[in-house]
Amino acid sequence: MTATLERASAARPAPNQGRAARRRRNFLTVLGFMSPAIIGFAVFFGYPLIATIYFSFTSYDLINAPEWLGFGNYIRMFTSEPLVLTAMYNTAWLVVVLTTCRVLFALGVAMVISRLKSGVGLVRTLCYLPSLAPPVAATITFAFLFNPEFGPVNKFLRFLGIDGGLWFSDPDMAKPALTILALWGSGELMIILLAALLDVPQEQYEAAEIDGAGPVRKFLHITLPTIAPVLMFSIVNSVIFALQFFTQAVVAGSVASGSAEVAGNAKDIGFPQNSTLTFPVWLYVQGFRYFNMGYAAAMAVLLFIVSFIFTALLVRQMRRASHVEEG
Amino acid sequence: MTTATATRPAHRRGRRPVKRNPNGSWQKTLYWVATHSIGLALALAFSLPILFVFLTAVMSDSQALSSSLWPESWHFENFFRVFDKVPLLQYTVNSLMYSLLATAGMLISAIPAAYALARLKWKGRNTVFLLVVAAMMLPPQVVAVPLYDMWVKAGLTGTLWPLIVPYFLFDAFSVFLLRQFFLTIPQDYIDAAKIDGCNEFTAVWRVLIPMSRPGIAATGLFCFLYTWNDFFGPLIYTGENKDNWPLSLSLASFRGQHAVEWNLMMAATAMIMVPAIVLFLFAQKSFVRGITFTGVKG
Repeated sequence: MTATLERASAARPAPNQGRAARRRRNFLTVLGFMSPAIIGFAVFFGYPLIATIYFSFTSYDLINAPEWLGFGNYIRMFTSEPLVLTAMYNTAWLVVVLTTCRVLFALGVAMVISRLKSGVGLVRTLCYLPSLAPPVAATITFAFLFNPEFGPVNKFLRFLGIDGGLWFSDPDMAKPALTILALWGSGELMIILLAALLDVPQEQYEAAEIDGAGPVRKFLHITLPTIAPVLMFSIVNSVIFALQFFTQAVVAGSVASGSAEVAGNAKDIGFPQNSTLTFPVWLYVQGFRYFNMGYAAAMAVLLFIVSFIFTALLVRQMRRASHVEEG
Repeated sequence: MTTATATRPAHRRGRRPVKRNPNGSWQKTLYWVATHSIGLALALAFSLPILFVFLTAVMSDSQALSSSLWPESWHFENFFRVFDKVPLLQYTVNSLMYSLLATAGMLISAIPAAYALARLKWKGRNTVFLLVVAAMMLPPQVVAVPLYDMWVKAGLTGTLWPLIVPYFLFDAFSVFLLRQFFLTIPQDYIDAAKIDGCNEFTAVWRVLIPMSRPGIAATGLFCFLYTWNDFFGPLIYTGENKDNWPLSLSLASFRGQHAVEWNLMMAATAMIMVPAIVLFLFAQKSFVRGITFTGVKG
């Protein structure tokens, strides 16, 4: 690869060199730079995506050859299996509640930080730090904090005279507890939104103040329109985060159930009462515990379609942003 | 009071002279106190969980089971006791293998690709960039089944190779982030290098890469952290083979083996968090730059 490039440029652009030759050289340069990525994309994204669609129409257990089922897996997914519907419900819950809370919370924290005059660096650092904690470690930390008997959260609530709940052991509270965990780790969104807030031109606020606009009107008419693209990015980012929600659900369920060996048995997945059984978690159990690869592939196709819709939204958004940048 | 609200310079000093009334300054002070106490409360709320991890980690066995928050006596030896309970050293080596090799591979493969997407002019470049973005957003679970099938046939499940090898060819997020950074380097520098006799390859090597060092550092840090934190990949590929577990998997299973030893559990948790925290404190600027780049500069 290198040799080709060097030889190509060693030949100085002679005045009579044809356009075709130059174009060919340019093509070889691009190919040289891009070839590992092209191979990687084809092997690790292109091929598996197509293969997933094929597998989704089959019954496949890794050992015997795939057996054609037609739409069998898809029909089974929507008719004869209650757990996959539970998984869909849990993921939809996370997409709606977790996304809303995460974006609003990150925006709120970013707005507070943007108004600070001193200690910005310290506050920003401390708010961002938790998002770097490995998800497994963060989840175990929260399983400890939310421990019904001796966890600091319930201890604090008891101090206030409130009867703390069972959190990760209560089917109604497991998902809200996971949401709080996600808020704790939303530092990345905060930084993005903070940068956007600091980019809003101050003159506009001053002009609005002269016109007698209050804080609410200033937010609606100046802040919101300016940060809209970044806000959009945050929403899509959070939706995709919620659609992929896996590690925290698996670890929280297994730690709370008390018996867990995460990589071992599937018994305590979704604990308590399947309330933490998200769509990717059930996909994992079907594919990698029960070896129903065809069925898992059908679930993957559904996940792909939903993710694709949101990705398309994001790409459109980014295209619009880059037009502004270039224009 | 009404005039005070209307002319109050809120949080910004107005350019024109603001009519000051006697209330103006204490209201400003009040506003300052209010925002700063909320800020402080947030900072505290975010750091408390990590503080509790460290405090519980050094408690005695019996105290960790009581509901106390502050250690009566400090048992720093807990951090060493974890090593007796599980082969933590082996797990750390596995984690480092995965993270360091993946990051090195990413740098080799992603820098040229990002350069071609940011700086070279060619037909279909925008389409390819959209494919990169799409690959970045694709949930790992979507492609997991055929990839697993592939690695089973290659006889490499149970090892770390299925996790590492892809980075030597393509990592969508890194290509995306590096492209964003490269776009900010003025083309003039590269053109100047070419006039001075550099070809495309040496111009990248001698000019673009040194100038993009902060961006490359940020991308490397993100790649390292992502792989250090990864759970789904190792669970699928090395789940069956304990010898090749990285820290994330071992920590998730620690509780199962040592049901009630919360102090040791927290000691292990703390030790896995530390590299991420230390990395961040050393390279805060790179991190923040990288983060804002992913969201703001579309």
